[in-house]
Amino acid sequence: MKDDQYSGLEFLEQPSEMEMSRRDFFKTAGAGIYVLFTIGDSLVSWQERQGIPQRSTPTDFNAFLKIGEDGRIACYTGKIEMGQGVVTSLGQMLADELDAEVESVDMVMGDTDLCPWDMGTFGSMSTRIFGPALRTAGAEARYVLLELGSEHLKIPVEQLTTANGFVIDKTKKENRVSYAQLVKGKKIERHPTGKVSVKKPSEFKIMNKSLTRRDSEEKVTGKAKYAGDIRLPGMLYAKVLRPPAHGSKLLDADISEAKEVEGVQVIKEGDFIAVLHKYPDVAESSLSKIKAKFDVPKSDIDDKNIFDHLLKVAPEGKVVAKEGDLQAGQNGAKATVEATYFNDYVAHSPIEPHTAIAQVEGNKATVWASTQNPFTAKEEVARELGFASQNVRVITPFVGGGFGGKTRNLQIVEAARLSKMTGKPVQVAYTREEEFFFDAFRPAAIVKIKSGITDRGKINFWDYHVYFAGERGAQHFYDIPNHCTTVYNSSWVGAAGSHPFATGPWRAPGNNTNTFARESQIEMMAAKAGVDPVEFRLQNLTDKKMIRVLKTAAEKFGWKPMKGPSGQGFGVACGIDAGTYVASIAHVEVNKTTGMVQVKRVVCAQDMGLVINPEGATIQMEGCITMGLGYALSEKVVFKGGEILTSNFDTYEIPRFSWLPKIETVIIENKDADPQGGGEPAIVTMGAVVANAIYDAVGVRLFQLPMTSDRIKEALKKT
Amino acid sequence: MTERIRFKLNGQPVELTTDSERMLLWVLRTDLGLTGTKFGCGESFCGACTVLVDDLAVRSCATPLKNVQDKGVTTIEGLAKGGKLHPLQKAFVEHDALQCGYCTPGMIMNAFSVLKKHPHPTVAEIIEGMDDNFCRCGAHNRIIQAIQVAAKEMERGN
Repeated sequence: MKDDQYSGLEFLEQPSEMEMSRRDFFKTAGAGIYVLFTIGDSLVSWQERQGIPQRSTPTDFNAFLKIGEDGRIACYTGKIEMGQGVVTSLGQMLADELDAEVESVDMVMGDTDLCPWDMGTFGSMSTRIFGPALRTAGAEARYVLLELGSEHLKIPVEQLTTANGFVIDKTKKENRVSYAQLVKGKKIERHPTGKVSVKKPSEFKIMNKSLTRRDSEEKVTGKAKYAGDIRLPGMLYAKVLRPPAHGSKLLDADISEAKEVEGVQVIKEGDFIAVLHKYPDVAESSLSKIKAKFDVPKSDIDDKNIFDHLLKVAPEGKVVAKEGDLQAGQNGAKATVEATYFNDYVAHSPIEPHTAIAQVEGNKATVWASTQNPFTAKEEVARELGFASQNVRVITPFVGGGFGGKTRNLQIVEAARLSKMTGKPVQVAYTREEEFFFDAFRPAAIVKIKSGITDRGKINFWDYHVYFAGERGAQHFYDIPNHCTTVYNSSWVGAAGSHPFATGPWRAPGNNTNTFARESQIEMMAAKAGVDPVEFRLQNLTDKKMIRVLKTAAEKFGWKPMKGPSGQGFGVACGIDAGTYVASIAHVEVNKTTGMVQVKRVVCAQDMGLVINPEGATIQMEGCITMGLGYALSEKVVFKGGEILTSNFDTYEIPRFSWLPKIETVIIENKDADPQGGGEPAIVTMGAVVANAIYDAVGVRLFQLPMTSDRIKEALKKT
Repeated sequence: MTERIRFKLNGQPVELTTDSERMLLWVLRTDLGLTGTKFGCGESFCGACTVLVDDLAVRSCATPLKNVQDKGVTTIEGLAKGGKLHPLQKAFVEHDALQCGYCTPGMIMNAFSVLKKHPHPTVAEIIEGMDDNFCRCGAHNRIIQAIQVAAKEMERGN
């Protein structure tokens, strides 16, 4: 199957009817207390804030929790665990609202038969959008238990409390009954009434406390199952013939030699050719025996001239923010800074490549897959096989990293197709080369900014144009009287004829590019004004939250006011992503001869509202900072037309142990505020903070990400 | 070439007749059903497939089966003894030295080999020894801490 024949379903296009109707659900459900809930309301308000056109959200329920006869609490949700730690943090929320042990909570995730519909796991939404709904459901369930306890103990609800899985008489502690006992033989369904309130932060026993991951033991012993680890009797491993470039057409394929390998089955249907064998390595070596000829379309577009091309084909701009009068601002400016920023295409590169195993039996399909959106995969498989969607089940085992890349499910569709054709369970697992080839890259993008300052160091105009990165993070948060932000192509996907291959959401999509440009520009203005970069930001900020975050980072770093470039190698950057405020300060060393950069230290302060698991949030910040080093310094996809020349980690360098700086994180205490995103925000500042620190170290400004040693040497030569 | 290959796998003798040029990774994961060892890049760049051959780390994706004839192979499944986690495994858990966990088996097996060479490692020795094992989630600094702690624990004979 060719990549251009695969069109992933956007989540907004999915059918919204709940396939698991309440009646069906209750027919099969065992004894227990069930609280059925929907994230509809919080999703709608999130979509409104993001300016996303609203799909009709499920009116019934799209997650539920169950308290079973054994007293165990289970949350059934279509969310998945890919390392971000929600299996821990969501469990903490439930345990706390229910006054139960965290160990008694099971998270049942990403199984489309067991869990109600969910749009997918991305956008740092599990905690901030799903979390509040889950907590409300937990509080409701606790109230049901109190009512049952009241009946059982013959004591009014007001006189009862809950702790450690028991309903307890406040006046006589030994007068108690366990949740398990109360549930026995009963089947109760509830929906959150909105009348029961969730716990106040002062009442938290488990939330807002650090907890280590709950899935570690499985992961350190090799017991944790990922999609590629599922073994089914009679299964075959498939390797699919791939074109040399996107947009190629298969002209001819000689499969005779491959067919001769013992135990090999070759499938050919149109231009879809696959080799299957009971061993994956034999399938792969047999695939190389196929002699195929392709018509590869000619294209002169490559990673060097892509920016000219994109500017040429850019759609009309959309003004997303505007205030004052740019011309008046420009007239009143003492100094003006005008710059253009670029970033290359970047790959997701999870260590686990896209993998799926499908078992098609009759008119039913079961698929185990590494995906961030199992319910989308389910629809895609149903569409491909011509099956009714209720006959397709997608099960998501542990996912070995996603970062936005596992929202594309081509491998799942192929595995299902091959299983239907062969009548056997079939695994399709990408090689690293396929992983790069089919990745929906973070788009190459351009930002043009013209801005100016008054003689008192106040920014008085800001004219911002972003091409192809997307809208997220495009709007600044400084106090600027005359400003305009124009977005050319507001999504991570471009119109046909723009990008030579697929592009998609990459951890904090759009925001890495926008923050790199904005915060580089701010620092250039600070230098022009002759003002310390922290001080310059503070005198141009009125947003109290950002001021506090920046001051916190500066204090932790031990920042001393300086005029850039100071030669010390210090840089600052601020950003807002997924509702979370971030300020980072970095110290770098630059080797002027080799152009190599070593980031020595990164301090990152973050205000993310209520934090469910501070340890988990800290780990996400560390992960963001580490991953961000890659797009800042080395990660770049090399291509010629539709041919992806980057095929493995020898040419695509991701951060290594020796690159790691000392990382110091601060999470600002703000537990009375709503929880905000945690999986993405801290990565957005990494491009700018390193660029600004390089400038401070050696006095050269890098306008393009990644800031490779070659680009740094080149820039040094010019000075 | 089809050959009879004998080796010890996690302390147990195994024998199989197959093409001895096949890579150990696939034989472990399919023929022998041990899926803890992961495929990451197939060209020995990333280290997700790291196992021990006679206590030294090798990339199983680039190790032909014939190379382990009569040797001892240890995979992540063979590290915990008698239901007790190895100090490295324990330290990874305690330090949250993982996120998605996909690189973790390779990280731990490689760390085992590093500690064999440097029982009292400096941070620089750990970094040097681990530098070719990739983690995309960014657990690096915690992995370094976990290895330091495990080294101390192993020194005490645990």
